[in-house]
Amino acid sequence: MDLQSAKMIGAGLAAIGTGAAAVGVGFVFGSFLQGALRNPAAADGQQGRLFLGFALAELLGLMAFTIALLILFVF
Amino acid sequence: MSGKIDPMHQFTVEPLVPLHIGSYDISLTNSAAWMLATLAIIGVFMWGGMKRQVIPGRWQVATEGLIGFIDDLVKVNIGPEGKKFTPFLFSLFTFILVANFLGLLPLAIVPGWHAFTSTSHFSITGLLAIMSFSLVLIIGFWRHGLHFFSLFVPAGTPWYMLPLIIPIEIVSFLVRPFSLALRLFVAMMSGHILMEVFGSFIANGFGSGSAVGFGVGIVSFLFVVGVGMLELLICALQAYVFALLTSLYLNDAINLH
Repeated sequence: MDLQSAKMIGAGLAAIGTGAAAVGVGFVFGSFLQGALRNPAAADGQQGRLFLGFALAELLGLMAFTIALLILFVF
Repeated sequence: MSGKIDPMHQFTVEPLVPLHIGSYDISLTNSAAWMLATLAIIGVFMWGGMKRQVIPGRWQVATEGLIGFIDDLVKVNIGPEGKKFTPFLFSLFTFILVANFLGLLPLAIVPGWHAFTSTSHFSITGLLAIMSFSLVLIIGFWRHGLHFFSLFVPAGTPWYMLPLIIPIEIVSFLVRPFSLALRLFVAMMSGHILMEVFGSFIANGFGSGSAVGFGVGIVSFLFVVGVGMLELLICALQAYVFALLTSLYLNDAINLH
């Protein structure tokens, strides 16, 4: 296998990480909805924490994307 | 007529007005021009809304709503002492929000034009992140002196856990500006690449003239409409997350546990 094909396969493998982040983001919003439906009165006060959790989970997926881009365009 | 898909072309920074002082290149680039446009839009929006009428018009309600949104964010996350940081967080939020939205304008229908997202460049988001991070450092050392280092020791940590906790806290503190900048930059860039790629699928699919190409074009079009709406959400969300995280970090520096 030459270097170019190996790079493409590596970038594709790195992109799997974004799917894992999708699971994480879905878990954050799903858990929030579960809690919010049980106690809707308290839900509005927790939106900051909801988006904080979303941002932290999303960051890891974006990092996987960055790695894929680095493999494709930098090395 | 299947054109080659070049999704990275939209991020090139080109000089519009070449300008050199000595060996320094300080040309007005398209990035700078779009940031100036961002500034102009924010300026007009604020100027039109700050009329201080007793019975506010629509414009004033919109401006006050935006200010109230950031004011609430600061109140909830920092407390009464954070009041003086509201202008900083407001500027940060509105700049990122308007710059993100400007990048989504469908200007490419005018030949030779294309919208440029200034926040899709790491140099811009990195500078914004450095601004908020250095503000945290300045405020922290200003208010607490060397006691600010106790940020690395969470309250109530047993002593035998300290060798493990302190390095983790230091790393997580130092990673903050990178994560702030990277999140905004990658979210903006990936969305634009996605839209560019599927937009090219539409053009190439319909242009190919075959039945398969037509089907690909239809599916890509529906997909781009969905992704476009998602991008509008992401634009607002990333601006909000940037302001939210900055306010949380400022809270760490102001109310040191």
